[in-house]
Amino acid sequence: MPKSAYSIDNVEEKIERVIIVAWVDNEAGVLARVSGLFSGRGYNIESLAVAQVDEEKNISRITISTNGSKPVIEQIKAQLLKLVPVHKVADYKIDDTSIFKELALCKFKGNDDLLKKAEEICIDFKAEFLDKTPQSFIVQIVNARREIDDFIKKAKPFGLASITRTGPLAMKKGSETIQENKGKVL
Amino acid sequence: MSTELTGAEIVFKALSDHKVEYIFGYPGGAVLPLYDQLFKQKEIKHILVRHEQGAGHAAEGYARSSGKPGVVLVTSGPGATNMVTALTDAYMDSIPLVCITGQVPTHLIGTDAFQECDTTGITRPCTKHNWLVKDVNQLAETIHKAFRIATTGRPGPVLIDIPKDIQFKKGIYKSHETIKIDSYQPSFKGDIHEIEKAIELIANSQKPIFYTGGGVVNAGAKASDTLKELISLTGFPITSTLQGLGCFPGEDSQFLGMLGMHGTYEANHAMHDCDLMINIGARFDDRITGMVSKFSPNSKKIHIDIDPSSINKVVKVDVAIVGDANSIMTSMIDIIKKKYPGFKNSNKEKISNWWKQIEIWREKKSLAFKQGPKTILPQYAVHRLYELTKNQDTFITTEVGQHQMWAAQHYKFSKPNRWMTSGGLGTMGYGLPAAIGVQLAHPKKLVIDIAGEASILMNMQELSTAVQYRLPVKIFILNNEYMGMVRQWQELLHEKNYSESYSEALPDFVKLAEAYGAVGMRASKPEELDEKIKQMISVDKPVIFDCVVEKEENCFPMIPSGKAHNEMILGPEDEETISEEGKVLV
Repeated sequence: MPKSAYSIDNVEEKIERVIIVAWVDNEAGVLARVSGLFSGRGYNIESLAVAQVDEEKNISRITISTNGSKPVIEQIKAQLLKLVPVHKVADYKIDDTSIFKELALCKFKGNDDLLKKAEEICIDFKAEFLDKTPQSFIVQIVNARREIDDFIKKAKPFGLASITRTGPLAMKKGSETIQENKGKVL
Repeated sequence: MSTELTGAEIVFKALSDHKVEYIFGYPGGAVLPLYDQLFKQKEIKHILVRHEQGAGHAAEGYARSSGKPGVVLVTSGPGATNMVTALTDAYMDSIPLVCITGQVPTHLIGTDAFQECDTTGITRPCTKHNWLVKDVNQLAETIHKAFRIATTGRPGPVLIDIPKDIQFKKGIYKSHETIKIDSYQPSFKGDIHEIEKAIELIANSQKPIFYTGGGVVNAGAKASDTLKELISLTGFPITSTLQGLGCFPGEDSQFLGMLGMHGTYEANHAMHDCDLMINIGARFDDRITGMVSKFSPNSKKIHIDIDPSSINKVVKVDVAIVGDANSIMTSMIDIIKKKYPGFKNSNKEKISNWWKQIEIWREKKSLAFKQGPKTILPQYAVHRLYELTKNQDTFITTEVGQHQMWAAQHYKFSKPNRWMTSGGLGTMGYGLPAAIGVQLAHPKKLVIDIAGEASILMNMQELSTAVQYRLPVKIFILNNEYMGMVRQWQELLHEKNYSESYSEALPDFVKLAEAYGAVGMRASKPEELDEKIKQMISVDKPVIFDCVVEKEENCFPMIPSGKAHNEMILGPEDEETISEEGKVLV
């Protein structure tokens, strides 16, 4: 079914995956404003990570992995910049000009045999062992999304019992940082 | 050393510092300390409405007709939820409102207390910003920020939720001069390079058109004069959105009338065929563009808007200028005068064929109607209302539906802030409370709510407010016993299945007026219309004028769903052109 619109255009736009980052005042309700904007306007959130990054200025950095055509991504950024507690916004295309990392914690459970095989895979993927018992162990893996996906796929048959992931964080390579863009045409 | 004030005292001191004259409100448990403070002061007058939604729309009417923010005070829970429609309406139409809601005491928040609701949560998507104040020392600063945010940039509604205990607590009052909002700095002056690019396009265009909207009204009283100068300087044709009506005189020969779904033939065809579109303060709304892929396919587009997120949202433009419409138009005039002295005359030849084409479209007379001897046509009623009121400064509000479109088509405005209608949200029940707000802002002026009999019943109770405060608003009902626009769409798009669009029972509006202590009148024949309208104007009391009109008249011209500007239908003879595909669209 078409979206509720008086006019429908059947122009097929190329959908791309993008990481959007917003620098916001760390105050009550700010995350609800950002996530509500996405759901209210029909944009997708694949993953979301938030934490304070500047205690003195009380700024948090919200990282959202989303997808959309180029005009949709531009509109998401413009709408985010319209929110009062948002200071600046950037988008990171998935290419080699930026670094993308996410963290996963994985718990393995099983008999000696199974855990041994699991351990080998973990070592292969340079996972860090955080907790060990005779029946289980927990590893941490920090990598790009695709590598973590790959790891999970391979480890799954060998007692992988629980997974938690942060979603990606992004940063531009080189010395460049993101400039203020509040109130600007993007 | 500043003395400490209670939260309630802080609220009223802040309102007084912002020169608030009226608050529209309704008391309740969670705002009793504020109403106690209201009682103790004389500076700010309170208008007691009959339903909180009425308070919101009245504040909107006050704001739109005066250029000042409207202020609302309602209680927690149902008081707040009843405000949601008005807040959303103000958000869609960019109207500055400051809404204060009471909240249950801080220690009860989250316990499902009596009349508790998550007010800031519910109103987050329908306000420009909102706050829950949990510290009385933050209260003054929050109110100052609220006024700043509501009235600057693209105006809009804001909400401050104040728990009852905070209204009692004592705290420090901060004055508003010191308030800084780091992350809120709306741009005012446009980028000069972009303005110069726009002027180049203007100088080279052969088929230009100005398309102006509510942003010009919001840019203040001067913006309308600046627009008139710009239009006269260029000699270009101009069309306006529903919200922009009045910024440019409706009877001027350069004005092509309103554009869009029920716009004129000449305005829509000129938009379709132009080679340059200059959009000032309008947002390419779906009622304006029709099918976006067929929208003005061969034109360069300039978009002037104070809200950067409006740029390229619906239609991709060639030149974008972000800032205040008045400031940017003033720069444009200066540059044209400097770079192209005598522009209008030197450019006349270049656009003469364009004007010839426009005159051919005008010949269609797309707003024409034939008034017969028997029943009153709604278009005729609005036309006569205009003719009999145009010699005085008249303010018109409307409800939503066919009557609204007929009012927009047949009532000609010559000044901004005279036309208050719910365009974005399309809120039935808007017009009467809005008229009350307008009448308060302009006590001596004639204020008329052009209404439909279905819409008016949605906020009918506010007639009681008008009577209480002796506000002589006139309610001019075009009564066809149908939800007319619903009936029209059912006729054109749903095989004449008139599902639930006929009102089987309606009140006797004359008696209803009398029951409220107002004056009731009725006209049902064309020959009695003029005399009755004159009588209505002369009454110094609220009036309900029940104008009984042709029941099945349709509002034309119309761009059918899914069609382009140059595919509009002018009347019943064109009706079969709506496609199956068009039916699924709204």
